[in-house]
Amino acid sequence: MLDKIGIAKRIAKELQDGFYVNLGIGIPTLVANYVPQGMNVEFQSENGVLGMGPFPFEGEEDADLINAGKQTITTLKGASFFDSATSFGMIRGKHVDLTILGAMEVSESGDIANWKIPGKMVKGMGGAMDLVASAENIIVAMMHVNKIGESKILKECSLPLTGVKCVKKIVTELAVMEVTDKGIKLLERAPGVSVEDIIKATEVTLLIEGDIPEMILD
Amino acid sequence: MINKKVANVQVALSDIADNMTIMLGGFGLCGIPENSIAELVRKNVKGLTCISNNAGVDDFGLGLLLQKRQINKMISSYVGENAEFERQMLSGELDVELTPQGTLAEKCRAAQMGIPAFYTPAGYGTEVAEGKEVRVFKGKPHILEHAFDADFAIVKAWKGDEAGNLIFKGTARNFNACMAGAAKITIAEVEELVPAGELDPNEIHVPGIFVKRIFQGEKYEKRIEQRTVRTK
Repeated sequence: MLDKIGIAKRIAKELQDGFYVNLGIGIPTLVANYVPQGMNVEFQSENGVLGMGPFPFEGEEDADLINAGKQTITTLKGASFFDSATSFGMIRGKHVDLTILGAMEVSESGDIANWKIPGKMVKGMGGAMDLVASAENIIVAMMHVNKIGESKILKECSLPLTGVKCVKKIVTELAVMEVTDKGIKLLERAPGVSVEDIIKATEVTLLIEGDIPEMILD
Repeated sequence: MINKKVANVQVALSDIADNMTIMLGGFGLCGIPENSIAELVRKNVKGLTCISNNAGVDDFGLGLLLQKRQINKMISSYVGENAEFERQMLSGELDVELTPQGTLAEKCRAAQMGIPAFYTPAGYGTEVAEGKEVRVFKGKPHILEHAFDADFAIVKAWKGDEAGNLIFKGTARNFNACMAGAAKITIAEVEELVPAGELDPNEIHVPGIFVKRIFQGEKYEKRIEQRTVRTK
């Protein structure tokens, strides 16, 4: 079974040279730490920066330089700043190659819910609805089950949707899965996790073809 | 040169009255018009509709207006980080229209650019699309969204000149650049106001035509919401 860092490491393997990537808050943010050596990717933060770098050294924080999670950041060589409309033009116009975000639920058909729990939590969708409606390559990073052990991969989402039929891949502490026209296909299992463990933790019937390989992380 | 300079924040905001719709720039606490928010608190105008990506934190930014119940309605994309906001929203005291961030930005830009409405795929199939016209382009459903119609836009820039030209710093550009010129009257507050001719025309982010009034803010706290650092 993977921890959050393991999930981030596995997703980092999906990066390709020359990709512009938007990372959501939480586990997705960690992916930036595991870009394969020698690979050039640029991280976009939807509040208006391309070429986002690591956190600043203590004492070098700048209130005018933050990411979409409102954390202080730095920029790398070749970075640029822009306004919010331009930022979402990059996203809507499909100039961003890969979007990685967290989710509360994902459905069999690739619907995603991650912005609202009626009566409990309403923080808003931020940029998530724009991202999932336009991005062609969306990977969800999340825990396979919720705090009380229920599957977060469902036949239908029970929470208000963020977007429909948009998720392409799901990476959890247990497995890598692909959303296909026929349902959710199991691609890889986490180290030490059996196919049976994954089936048990998943509400939907997974498509399983042949032997399912174990993930390679490093 | 058409001079947009006004003496101070009191003069700039003198005709903002109860029940108006006001756009305010900023993302989180980054690039918010601090001096203007303080003046809105002092003026104690009520019944405001505020268009702003976020609602500040409990004791800073728009949170200050929420504390004094000056806002009736918020149009935002993300409102976490503010307990008082959540309380007023869940109790029904505050009307909240959550809007996807890209749609929010484009509704500002459309108002700025004289486009009455536009289609976007964001929110299709969700609560956001309820009651909105749907049209399919290239096989993909889009929803119709309308430009904002606000009385005032209040933006904050790093540098400005008397002609109203603006330059932003870092990620503080965010919604500020989209809101300038997107309302009947745009007020810009800047950290440094210089005479016309001192800013290089090549480096202007927002041309002065979009700005009606400009003043230099008295002081800036520039609070950091999430101070994240690494060690050397």
